[in-house]
Amino acid sequence: MKSVLPDCPGQTVGEALLRRGVSRREFLQHCGLLAALLALPAAAAEQLATALAKARRPSVIWLSFQECTGCTESLTRSASPTLERLIFDLISLDYHHTLQAASGAAAEAAREAAMKENAGKYLVVVDGSVPLGNPGYSTIAGVANIDVLRETVKDAAAVIAMGTCAAYGGLPAAQPNPTGAVAISELVKDKPVVNIPGCPPIATVMTAVIAHYLAFGALPELDGLGRPKAFYGETIHDRCYRRPFYDQGKFAETFDDEGARRGWCLFKLGCKGPVTYNACATMKWNGGVSFPIQSGHGCIGCSEPGFWDGGGFYEALSMPARPLQAGVAAAAAGVAAGVAVTFFNRRKKAAAKAGHETTTLEDLEQ
Amino acid sequence: MSASLDKGVRVLKEMIDAPIASYFSSCVHCGICAEACLFYTETGDPKYTPIHKLEPMRRIYEQEYTLLGRLAKRVGLSKAVTDAELAEWQELVYNSCTLCARCSAVCPVGNDIVYMVRKMREGMSAAGHSPEGIKGAVTRTINIGSPMGVKLPAVKAQMKHAEADYGIPIPLDQEGVEYLVTLSSMEIINFPEYLGAIAKIMRHVGKTWTLSSEAFEATNAGMQIGNSDLARVIVSRVVAGAEKLKVKTVISPECGHAYTALRWEGANLIGRPFTFKVQHIVEVLEEFRAAGLLKLEGMATDRLTFHDPCQLARRGGVIQPQRNLMKMVAKDFVEMPDAGFMNWCCGGGGGASSIEEGEELRLEAFKRKKRQLEAVKPDRLVTACANCRIVLEEGLEHYKMNLPVVGLTETIAEHIPDA
Amino acid sequence: MDTLQFLTWVRGTGLNIALVIFVLGVLWRLAEIYGLGRKKDLSAPRNMPGASGWATILRRSLPPPGMLPTSPVSYIAGYVFHVGLAVVAFLFAPHIALLTSIVAAAWPGLPSQVVDFVTVVTMAAMIAVLIDRIARPVKRFLSTFGDWFTWTLTFLPLLTGWLAVHHLLLPYTLMLAVHILSVELLLVFLPFTKLFHAFTAFGSRWFNGAMNGHKGVPV
Repeated sequence: MKSVLPDCPGQTVGEALLRRGVSRREFLQHCGLLAALLALPAAAAEQLATALAKARRPSVIWLSFQECTGCTESLTRSASPTLERLIFDLISLDYHHTLQAASGAAAEAAREAAMKENAGKYLVVVDGSVPLGNPGYSTIAGVANIDVLRETVKDAAAVIAMGTCAAYGGLPAAQPNPTGAVAISELVKDKPVVNIPGCPPIATVMTAVIAHYLAFGALPELDGLGRPKAFYGETIHDRCYRRPFYDQGKFAETFDDEGARRGWCLFKLGCKGPVTYNACATMKWNGGVSFPIQSGHGCIGCSEPGFWDGGGFYEALSMPARPLQAGVAAAAAGVAAGVAVTFFNRRKKAAAKAGHETTTLEDLEQ
Repeated sequence: MSASLDKGVRVLKEMIDAPIASYFSSCVHCGICAEACLFYTETGDPKYTPIHKLEPMRRIYEQEYTLLGRLAKRVGLSKAVTDAELAEWQELVYNSCTLCARCSAVCPVGNDIVYMVRKMREGMSAAGHSPEGIKGAVTRTINIGSPMGVKLPAVKAQMKHAEADYGIPIPLDQEGVEYLVTLSSMEIINFPEYLGAIAKIMRHVGKTWTLSSEAFEATNAGMQIGNSDLARVIVSRVVAGAEKLKVKTVISPECGHAYTALRWEGANLIGRPFTFKVQHIVEVLEEFRAAGLLKLEGMATDRLTFHDPCQLARRGGVIQPQRNLMKMVAKDFVEMPDAGFMNWCCGGGGGASSIEEGEELRLEAFKRKKRQLEAVKPDRLVTACANCRIVLEEGLEHYKMNLPVVGLTETIAEHIPDA
Repeated sequence: MDTLQFLTWVRGTGLNIALVIFVLGVLWRLAEIYGLGRKKDLSAPRNMPGASGWATILRRSLPPPGMLPTSPVSYIAGYVFHVGLAVVAFLFAPHIALLTSIVAAAWPGLPSQVVDFVTVVTMAAMIAVLIDRIARPVKRFLSTFGDWFTWTLTFLPLLTGWLAVHHLLLPYTLMLAVHILSVELLLVFLPFTKLFHAFTAFGSRWFNGAMNGHKGVPV
């Protein structure tokens, strides 16, 4: 069996790390970080380290369907070297279009071999959505995505839907969804599916999910949308360093005004932080350097289902899509209707008046 | 054509105007109008909530003039007003409403509820659901000339008495004088001292005045029953009399609703502005006082208080003059709680005093006036409305309170030095 | 439909529908009411300072003499919740952003914490008037389905807005969508229920003030 990296298959995570010269101290540190990210108690770091060191590196098959390779970009550009190394030391990445050296029949053979070898134990990571409109829309080696997925997932232990496309359909599913793109979770019903949405997602989240799986033999706790709660439990807005400005009602009105320079809240510039559940504001990107809001742009809500159809990125969340046109039309119609109803009511009243019969004394008696 | 439900509904459709539509659309059912209504405060019965007295009219408004109301009527969600319903409402619209307008003065959304009750009575009377007592008063006014059946000879008899008592001639049908003095039949029958007092005051201030043989009666039961057609017939007599004698000013007697009928409704009933001025006697006296024409002597030393007739004060805009006049003649003038604009009704205004079957309720409602009086313990109660005066006397008698009720005009006249 | 799609719908199509019904409804109702007109008053007017429609529009905002003790809950809680509603609706920064996009005018808001406090106080006042409506014989007697319905319509935006801000009960996105939907329901029903007093109360006060002002009575 071939692995992407020249490590011996079947070795434990501990052995692999040792071979790469990672000290136990570094490893413990990393486990501490992972435990923190997963919101586990401090004592769990040691437990995690022990379990991880003994765990066999799982075989991972990475499938790419209707996607842009941004998720892989995110993975490879994971800034922390330790993390990057760990991604590859932690797992045995047996199949990945972009990263593997093999191509053509050899590549597909590697996938099949890994599946056979690790039946029931391997993990499948998917980026991209699957088109159901026409199988020809997206194929790998002439095989439709849906068929590749079904075949590969059949003997998998779990599936990780990496990125918004795999998790929710993503941009390919944007209205009017020409390819009939669907999320992985809609196709895989008999295996656990973890959604790690984001466009792209934070690579460390995947590392943490796999580490949790290896150490505890189970997937971390997920929310209603299949996301690990530890990373998607709070909104960007809740943890945003600009939140105090929001509370004080201090907003940047344009991208180059005084408010923008002072780093005030970007709500009015369309920031979707309040409705976006992700860890960007705490974990940040590029090794904790920054995240979109810190760089002066509002969150576009890329890890939320349907963000692509959620109206303009620069329209404030509280903004209606196009109220003015409708309002003006309604006002015009209202005035016309008002004139009509006034005419009608007055005619009715006039009729009652015209029919007035002067009351005489006799009329008082019924 | 006799009264019928159809006729009543048609009249209500005719009556509903922008203010009424606005009022019904504004009501939020807060119930504050009930707290202002003595029929509710003294009985605690929620059915006397003023806005509730208009429920049939509100339904007609909704069913006839609103989109949703029309729809609701068509699909049967909103039931048409029935004759039985109007019959049930008669007590609420007449017996338990004196048109005192305290509700109109407090409604937070600004509804002039009593304006609506007045219009509601148009429909009620056209539908034949008005009290026998007021019907009788209207019939007597139209046929005989006054609600109490007083005819000109009775007036002439009182004129003679007054001339004998005061030694002042009472002019009748004199053309071109300044003032035409009108009377309420209660003054002719129960309080003849009013006529003498007028004669005394007019001589004192040196103004010309007259009574009219065709326009001596100022009260208007047609307005009380709420029927403009009949009210017009009655008010036209005063207009004709005043125009025939070419007077400058018609003086409304000490009677609240007569003032409203002449001063505010008259021109609208006949469909053109008056060619003469209408003043309540209290306004006239105030003018004399302000001009320094009243040179009174002596002050009453007993404790006096003043009962504001609703139609004069809250509904008529005359609030301060009576106080200025009281202070001229009373050393110890005290105000009852809520006096003036927010004064409580005697309980018998708006025609209620002529409804026999409403007497028990009226006396119950009088407890409010009783409390007001007990708060200041006056020796005499002064007012400027003969109807208030009778209702007050009845109430005081019922509750065995020994308190004389007098008219303001005669009280002033008592202090005019003999010529 | 996922929650963001739901939110998108209530922000977009839903709001448009609600706004159209609201604007149409308000104009229709105003025409229905004020188009009926009224007769000119032919009696000679009496002029008195403070006796006019405009004066009454202002004056009726305060309880007339002696009335406060008769209905303290109606007056005090009523006052609190009306002012509170106005503050929450018009001085909360995200609401201002929304209104700015519609009316093209901006004004300063209040700090979120202040708005939060006002919301709680407003809800408490609304609960007080509800209890008063149940407890007081007159109010209970007058109450119809419309009274309970409109209370709910008014209360829901406050409650859902507050829950959304505090991330309670439902995920924020869903709660925000429910909040906007509740406001849309309020807009849709406002012209056709007693809530329309938000418009006609001024007309009613004006009529009352003007007609009595004609008589020289400052009501």
